[in-house]
Amino acid sequence: MTTEITTERPKILLVDDDEDLLDLYKEILAQLPSRPEIFTSSAGARAIAMMESEPFTLLVCDLNMPKMDGLQVLSIVRRKFPELRTVVLTSILDEQFRSRVYSLGVDLYWQKPGSGGEIKQFLECIESLLGRDAQGGFRGVQSKSLVDIIQLECLSQNSTVLKIINGPLSGRIWIQNGEVIDAIADELTSEAAFRRILSWKAGNFESLPAEPNRGRTIFNSYQGLLLETAQAQDEAHGRKDTASATELENASPLTAVSRYPGVEFALVLKPGTEKGYEARGLENPEPMAEWARQTIGHFRSLGERLQAGPLQHFEGMGVQRNVALASDGTLDFCVGWEHDLTAGQIQETMKKVMALWVS
Amino acid sequence: MGFLSLFSRPAAQLMALPRGSFTVDRDGRILVSTLPQAFPTALAEEIGSHALKAFKSAQTAQLPLSEIIVRYPSLKVTARELRGGAIIFLAPQTLSTKAG
Repeated sequence: MTTEITTERPKILLVDDDEDLLDLYKEILAQLPSRPEIFTSSAGARAIAMMESEPFTLLVCDLNMPKMDGLQVLSIVRRKFPELRTVVLTSILDEQFRSRVYSLGVDLYWQKPGSGGEIKQFLECIESLLGRDAQGGFRGVQSKSLVDIIQLECLSQNSTVLKIINGPLSGRIWIQNGEVIDAIADELTSEAAFRRILSWKAGNFESLPAEPNRGRTIFNSYQGLLLETAQAQDEAHGRKDTASATELENASPLTAVSRYPGVEFALVLKPGTEKGYEARGLENPEPMAEWARQTIGHFRSLGERLQAGPLQHFEGMGVQRNVALASDGTLDFCVGWEHDLTAGQIQETMKKVMALWVS
Repeated sequence: MGFLSLFSRPAAQLMALPRGSFTVDRDGRILVSTLPQAFPTALAEEIGSHALKAFKSAQTAQLPLSEIIVRYPSLKVTARELRGGAIIFLAPQTLSTKAG
């Protein structure tokens, strides 16, 4: 009598309008060591229906499809199945689509492989994505700073992409064979982005599969980068801050936000409730809350219609005062600013305010 | 390796986010546009309509605005108020444009 150990096989859903390619992918992905069960769909709507009827581990989706294109599929997946790992496999090279796909929270954007080597790399990435959930393990490192994590990856000569999230702020650091080769953080790239990410005090990180084809923009050694970043942070700490940190720490989050330099008023909205808001610095907050709620709703739905990604920021410039709208994923914020600040300054400071709220 | 050529077949029918500008009158009608013809007029009108609503409702909330900037990860929409209408600029965002 033999005892058979059964382990749950991961389920992959392939979506592409080309039936020949689906057969080919199915054959290629069947070679993975994790022996995934592979399902296929040649239409986006059918794929959504399949995901509703049974859970999948990974979705591999083409972009260019008739009726419902890949961006539409991914927008729906992001809302309905936020935990699902997603990979885009496309022949489109346009940087705009890569940016839009990543803004939809996709784990990987892969150009359709054209050689045996590329197929091998693709399979390694897919196996790595499948393995992250199957192997379990720790998804964070307590009492380890980001500097420690980067040192660990570099000393081990690893290749990975670190995705770091700090409230509303997010960034990625590409590490290739133990060298930091690129970084992005919101509008920043390269070393500036690396320094920005290192300036965050806390957050979550995730280790994504390496992207061997990523172009190199950072040529400094990781030791040099960390040293320069530490020096820059020391200098920044030495400067006198305009707002007293202790004062802000002791206040309630909304009060702390309203005391931030340049802020005239602050309003926090609770989505889904008609009258749910809390305000500081406004005598009659009701009209402002109503405007903020409507405007966020309109532009959020516009973003979905355009497939431009989730609404990040709204800045309104006025003669008397400026205003900014943003969301931390749960709550929406409306912050009034002194009128002499530029849109760029407001955007930058708004991120700090959001980080203050989140922290 | 003949089968691999299947992977690299060209495909590009997805709607690209447009770069350009257009003006709308106070009723939301498009007066002038430099947007690509492939971009649906109805979507441009929808953008214009949301911008006009934002200006008008801000006025009602005692917050007169002359310009609004709406930022999505892959698109920046800038609208300037023009005597009840608006001129609207659309600029797709990629990592390189954000850095620039």
